[in-house]
Amino acid sequence: MSVAENQAAAGRGSARAVAILSSLGRFLVVAVTTYLGLLAVTFFIGRVIPIDPVLAVLGDRAPTAVVERTRREMGLDLPWIEQFYLYVKAALRGDFGTSVLTTNPVMSDIRRVFPATIELATLGTLIGAVLGVPLGVLAAVKRGSLIDQIARIIGLIGYSVPIFWLGLLGLVLFYAKLQWVAFPARLDVVYEYTFTPITGFYLLDSAMQGQWDVFYDAYRHIILPAALLGYFALAYISRMTRSFMLNELAQEYIVAARAKGLSETRIIWGHALRNAAVPMVTVIALSYASLLEGSVLTETVFSWPGIGLYITNSLTNADMNAVLGGTIVIGSVFIAINLLSDLLYRLLDPRTKVG
Amino acid sequence: MSAEAIQSRREWLLSDRPASRLQAKLGRAYVAWRRFSANRLALVGLLIILALVVVAALADVLAPYSPTVGDLKNARLLAPSAAHWFGTDDLGRDIYSRIVYGSRWTLYVVILVAIIAAPIGLLVGTVAGYAGGWTDTILMRITDIFLAFPKLVLALAFVAALGPGIENAVLAIAITSWPPYARIARAETLTVRNSDYIKAVQLMGASPFRIVLRHIMPLCISSLIIRVTLDMAGIILTAAGLGFLGLGAQPPLPEWGAMIASGRRFILDQWWVAAAPGAAILIVSLGFNLLGDGLRDALDPRSGDQ
Repeated sequence: MSVAENQAAAGRGSARAVAILSSLGRFLVVAVTTYLGLLAVTFFIGRVIPIDPVLAVLGDRAPTAVVERTRREMGLDLPWIEQFYLYVKAALRGDFGTSVLTTNPVMSDIRRVFPATIELATLGTLIGAVLGVPLGVLAAVKRGSLIDQIARIIGLIGYSVPIFWLGLLGLVLFYAKLQWVAFPARLDVVYEYTFTPITGFYLLDSAMQGQWDVFYDAYRHIILPAALLGYFALAYISRMTRSFMLNELAQEYIVAARAKGLSETRIIWGHALRNAAVPMVTVIALSYASLLEGSVLTETVFSWPGIGLYITNSLTNADMNAVLGGTIVIGSVFIAINLLSDLLYRLLDPRTKVG
Repeated sequence: MSAEAIQSRREWLLSDRPASRLQAKLGRAYVAWRRFSANRLALVGLLIILALVVVAALADVLAPYSPTVGDLKNARLLAPSAAHWFGTDDLGRDIYSRIVYGSRWTLYVVILVAIIAAPIGLLVGTVAGYAGGWTDTILMRITDIFLAFPKLVLALAFVAALGPGIENAVLAIAITSWPPYARIARAETLTVRNSDYIKAVQLMGASPFRIVLRHIMPLCISSLIIRVTLDMAGIILTAAGLGFLGLGAQPPLPEWGAMIASGRRFILDQWWVAAAPGAAILIVSLGFNLLGDGLRDALDPRSGDQ
């Protein structure tokens, strides 16, 4: 390599490094402002909208002296910007106050229930991706064929059906009529007392401990809600896969590959799909985030003791600390997945120009 | 009308030298309609939405029973029959009549959300796009922040604080659904802001306010309408979800999501109480999705098949 070429390569390398640094910097700025925005909105919801938080805690019959003291204790006599500062500081420590309903700190409640939600959403996304990607690819390759029509109908219904209603129908059919799955809960009552979870992911825990009867029971409980979430992920993933694949299949390198005599299988799965892989990762990450959010409805239908059920139970008991704590946790994870997949897209795809 | 008259009318519509603004407008509408109506699924979607509007308007005529007062003594939890097409619920109310009246609440929600959220997005997007600089940066940062939020959970928290009710549900959904409209309006604004006709208007001394309102906003409308139509299904599903969780419409309002929630207790034995309102939600959302896809293909040929 000549000196000039070396210098050029070094120049390209440093340009790449600058690009990476600048997208990391952008990521940090966006992450911080978005997270602050989330906290500002929940702060607004919790402190400003209810007429008087003191009233919410004490009720309307407390004597004036007690009301005044509570107001000071809650820091409500401070200017609101200072209140917000204290709020952000507490939230960063993971301190969302105490749940009125369970009398535990909200964060320890959430730590207890969150694995159930993660387990469900992860299994749902897996089902959606494993079925959705091949379906989308086939729909794009055989455009206009029967399989394309089927994929389109699956997608349309997935975008149009109320998830909680489909869940209820699923319970009628697969639990009550066919008895293929277990009743809405995480485990049968028998196992609730004999099984000690380690990580909180029951499928994983029971498999690690070799308790296959517990594993089978956990599977019978999780499979219906997971399949339901998987269907929604499938609707989104297959539609996006189809669109990415159509885009790739129209490129000239596909023609070149055909001219070289590569087999169709290799062209489709080896070349086109590989080039569509980067946006696909983003799509799968986004569908994971939306399943986490959708857990609020699914968990209510299936009595699944995750963060969604925790939020809705707290809602019906007017437990605002728990509601807002849950909102912030789901919101943070949602934002993190959103921004990380965006960052990943920028870093992995050489075509995305940065800066 | 004779075949020649139709032929000449078509030629008048498709003329490439329209003699008046009306002719040009009608001609464009005709071309868009031809593209739209060539898509059979889009027509199905349009029919579903028209049917929804008709049912909502004629609810008093179409519903044989009262939506709120039932026959507790004789008609509790009856299975579907000739007298009660979709059966009755636990308070002896005819489910078919409740679904017919529920169409009004569905329309109420989607129209109100569209009326609140679309103008906010339009305003934010056009102002950001036309002003540029710091205004653009700040407005778009706020938009991005709202875009990154989980919509359903945030709407839930809003309604929890504001108190349950259909008006608050509408407000909560509107607050969380304007950011995509701002993005679209800004993108459209950026494509036209440096064009010659805007420069001409500027030279004539039009104020920025007038330029944005009269010369930029109208150009954003068609992409905005497409996006709003495509979002309608999501709005209906979110509203139904809030209703299902007991945060949207309160009893005895015949809102479809709340009807599913009340049918949940009987789901294993009297499945029809929850089945019919869910099917109604599915059909209407499907209608909006089909209509939105059709409009996008007809009005925005750039996006093509994807």
